[in-house]
Amino acid sequence: MSEAMRRDLCFKILARHVKAGEIVVPVYQAAQEWHGIAPDHALTYYSIGAMGQASSCALGLALARPDKRVLVLDGDGSLLMNLGTLVTIASQKPQNLIHFVCQNGEYEANGGHPIPGRDQVDFAALARAAGYRRADTIASLDDFEAKIAGILAEQGPIFIALKLVAGPPPSQDYGFIHGAPTRAAFKAALKAS
Amino acid sequence: MSGEPITGSAILDQVAASGIDFIVSVPDITTSAGLLWPIARDKRFRLIRVCKEDEGVSICAAMSMAEKRALLLIQYTGLLDSINALRSAGCEYKLPVCVMAGLLAKEPGVPPTKSKSFGVRIVEPILDAMSIPHALLEDAGDERHIRPSIDEAYAKSYPTALLIGRQM
Repeated sequence: MSEAMRRDLCFKILARHVKAGEIVVPVYQAAQEWHGIAPDHALTYYSIGAMGQASSCALGLALARPDKRVLVLDGDGSLLMNLGTLVTIASQKPQNLIHFVCQNGEYEANGGHPIPGRDQVDFAALARAAGYRRADTIASLDDFEAKIAGILAEQGPIFIALKLVAGPPPSQDYGFIHGAPTRAAFKAALKAS
Repeated sequence: MSGEPITGSAILDQVAASGIDFIVSVPDITTSAGLLWPIARDKRFRLIRVCKEDEGVSICAAMSMAEKRALLLIQYTGLLDSINALRSAGCEYKLPVCVMAGLLAKEPGVPPTKSKSFGVRIVEPILDAMSIPHALLEDAGDERHIRPSIDEAYAKSYPTALLIGRQM
């Protein structure tokens, strides 16, 4: 019996596979979670401040640094605020971009209210229709563990919806994530990488 | 009084001289014929067509992290629609986002704040409220503002706005 598909457990698996030279762009609660799990990943670009923009930030990085693989850790509520990004990304065909969406069906950072269409929206189908090279949904931790190495080795743009169940709330460190030193450190690390 | 109109080629030469590699754009009839179609054929730039203007704000801001210069070419309505992204990535995170926005329906020779168009009238006051410097590109010679504006945006790591004052 697989463990519950919780975001923190997924990220712990992901952190074991992400290479030091790969860029990670996590958003909102995923950013807090990733910071707690991989605080030393120097190439983390925290995307908080304007909801929905993580994948656009990631596209900018992917186009500017085609030598770097870029992983987006998006949210479902965030993606709904910027659905056109799927078409923009697909049209640019960044081979180095992998777009994960943490699909928990709620606006976790804003009171846990359900996203519109939480019971029927198929994010992977949206990405596939937009033109991503491949799009899939993963709903079990065992499946994620089995597939993640292959996903990270594939040519992008790839879209993976992670159908999650609620886990413990991540610790909140907005001071670090919003802080100017964090962005300066990322820029320096990217320049050196 | 309205002078000789600024030309698209004069603008693009200065944009190129400013080190801009990427043009990120949503089409605007104000600049379609004079700028965006020429950009689409201009080998000096890589054109990234986006669905919505706030995507472009984020793309340009993120590119600056990789030390690449980008210009967001949009209509002023898209600028208004992108204020939150600009507020966040540009003003609060202090990243250089260079916006070139067409002032649709602004009357040549009339300052934007005196335009009959409500939307045009509010653009500069909003930029002022966000402490975003802006320059009007309308007459021949105004292209002299482009390179200093872009250089300053990257030097200070803060947004700038270049406003196109007539259809071209």
